[in-house]
Amino acid sequence: MELTRRDALAVLAGAGILGGGGAAALARDGFADERRDDGRDSGETSSDDTDRIVAALVTTAQAVYPSPVERTEAFVETYASTKLDRRPDWADGANEALGDLDAEARITFDSRFAALDPAEAETVLRRGGAETAEPVPDGTNAERVRYYFVNEVLYALYSSPTGGELVGIENPQGHPGGTDSYQRGPR
Amino acid sequence: MSADGSGDGRGTVDRSPSPTVDVCVVGAGPAGALVANRLADRGHDVVILEAGPRFDRSDRLERMERSIRPAHGGLSVWDMGGERDAYTSTGEWFYPLNATRVKGVGGSTLHWQGVVPRLHESDFERNTRDGVGTDWPIAYEDLRPYYAEAERALGVAGASDNPFAPSREEPFPMPAFPPSYSDSLFAEACEAAGIAMHSVPNARNSEARDGRSECVGYGTCKPVCPSGAKYSADYTVEAAESKGVRVVDRVPVQRLETTDGGERVGTAVYATPDGSEHGQDARQFVLAAGGVEIPRLLLLSRSSDHPDGLANSSGAVGRYFMDHLFAGTGGRASRETRQNHVGFITSESHQFYDNDFEGAGPIKLEFLNYAGPSPVEQALSADEWGDDLLDSLRESYGRHLAMGGLVGQPPRADNRVALDPSTTDDHGNPVPRIEWSLGERTRRSLSKANELQARVFDELDADVEWTVGPDNTGPAAHHMGTTRMGTDPGESVVDARMRTHDVANLTVASSSVFPTSGAMNPTLTIAALALKAAEHLDRDL
Repeated sequence: MELTRRDALAVLAGAGILGGGGAAALARDGFADERRDDGRDSGETSSDDTDRIVAALVTTAQAVYPSPVERTEAFVETYASTKLDRRPDWADGANEALGDLDAEARITFDSRFAALDPAEAETVLRRGGAETAEPVPDGTNAERVRYYFVNEVLYALYSSPTGGELVGIENPQGHPGGTDSYQRGPR
Repeated sequence: MSADGSGDGRGTVDRSPSPTVDVCVVGAGPAGALVANRLADRGHDVVILEAGPRFDRSDRLERMERSIRPAHGGLSVWDMGGERDAYTSTGEWFYPLNATRVKGVGGSTLHWQGVVPRLHESDFERNTRDGVGTDWPIAYEDLRPYYAEAERALGVAGASDNPFAPSREEPFPMPAFPPSYSDSLFAEACEAAGIAMHSVPNARNSEARDGRSECVGYGTCKPVCPSGAKYSADYTVEAAESKGVRVVDRVPVQRLETTDGGERVGTAVYATPDGSEHGQDARQFVLAAGGVEIPRLLLLSRSSDHPDGLANSSGAVGRYFMDHLFAGTGGRASRETRQNHVGFITSESHQFYDNDFEGAGPIKLEFLNYAGPSPVEQALSADEWGDDLLDSLRESYGRHLAMGGLVGQPPRADNRVALDPSTTDDHGNPVPRIEWSLGERTRRSLSKANELQARVFDELDADVEWTVGPDNTGPAAHHMGTTRMGTDPGESVVDARMRTHDVANLTVASSSVFPTSGAMNPTLTIAALALKAAEHLDRDL
């Protein structure tokens, strides 16, 4: 199942990160003009930190997304770039957690986390304890990695219609998918 | 997120008192908002004092994310908890007070479910019919016009297909939400089990109305509706403000001070965030702060003229605390059930409501549309990821079914809200102590509800996996009874027009005046009573 920037925009709108009062309607309409907005303001240049966080989130997604999900990069980049831009507090927390993640990656593979392949990234996440850690934004290293990286990309996936459909629900919680789907029977 | 109570968004708010106003309302939830709005319609000068903040509506999507992601506890969604909201709970059952309320402009309608049935005729005469509790000093017919007004004010989507509902004079303001797919599965079973299903009145837009969106299906109604389709009282507060009502947030009222030998309230003394105290004078006072803070404020306002607490010559202030109790049954079917697309219910049954069933009742049955875990919430709490997680989500999702239900709790004097002097809040006031237990009738009602639910599940091709009944029930977050309405000043706190027996210019607009609980979600009745109280106040003014 292929994830697209459109999926990311739907999640961003659903989470209130993108758009204002019209976000719900945009998401409901499926972003017919996908080319109109790539999640960034025109002419905006990302900081180095932002780029590093986005790259690490892409790597995280490639490690923790299920195998039916394809092409995660555009989806995660769009989702993460916009969230970093719109929520500076979240960006600060993610930046701190990335330090922990990179440190673990250097110990194990002598590399930045974002440069790891999915299997290596999964090893780093697992060794750091993120798989079983509680997600706590101001918690231990493992808890912060779980919150800012693992749960961030899982939230993006499973609150999107595409991610929901993997499980069997095309209007997952957090997505403004209208009031038709609850009335429909199985397809 | 901003919930700093800056009010105008500029960070500078004048929280000094207004010159003497016609009416001072304590609390900006649905009752306070409706009273203020109605009195503003009639040209009166009104101030609302609200203990909690004014929440920025643009934050609601972020609050929704908080509600889904497990890192943020449930209380954080609306910033509840801490020293401001401290309480203690004693008695047979722990009462999770802060999970059952929100402090702020809009009050607990910010996190409510939005189910808004009218009480039945039988609820007003429970003692006459069943020998339980007491009768109300008013009848359904007295409230009927106010119910219709309340349905228009909140915006109720409903249908007239409920054969057990009390008579009504006009259609609902909006069409009902259609039944869900899982309702159709229950309908087959209920037909075989001899149980009638019908629609649910929802304070939720089934079509765009009053400048608010139709429901767009976020699925997080409780605790937060980001689209604004669900009614919350901040919308009524906005309407009232546009008519000149002044709303001051983050100003918990500390006590009411009386004049004229204790026969009238003269001043509401409130605290501001900078630690100072001010007094708001008014000709009339309305308490609309819910079934816990209202009796607490009255008890905190004791004086030489009212040594047991204001308006408490009966000793009933804080007593007869009631909630509705939840009964539930759930399990898995052999086929897909399509749950968790929306966060509200579309079918219920009032069939077992009006009759006394061998000393049980009233009982309301509900058919849930959100049985089983939400996949995204489950994913965020899992100890696995990748294909393993997806396999678990697929295994979990898809076949759950559940029924809920509410049962009433008869009034008992020893169930009460009292002051706990051993613990104080952020202003040094004793916190509320909830003394709460369940009686035998309530237990029987829960068992009866479970029996009815089992009868339905017997007709479904489904396995029962859990039951919530007399031994593991919990409250439905409906605080009632603590300033009960009655004709006898020796046994009740307010009269039929909701004015206190003891203090001439003090009105209570809240479910705290309910003499008995019924088993219907109380907010529509709160709204109807608030509109009725406003009519009386308008005549007095």
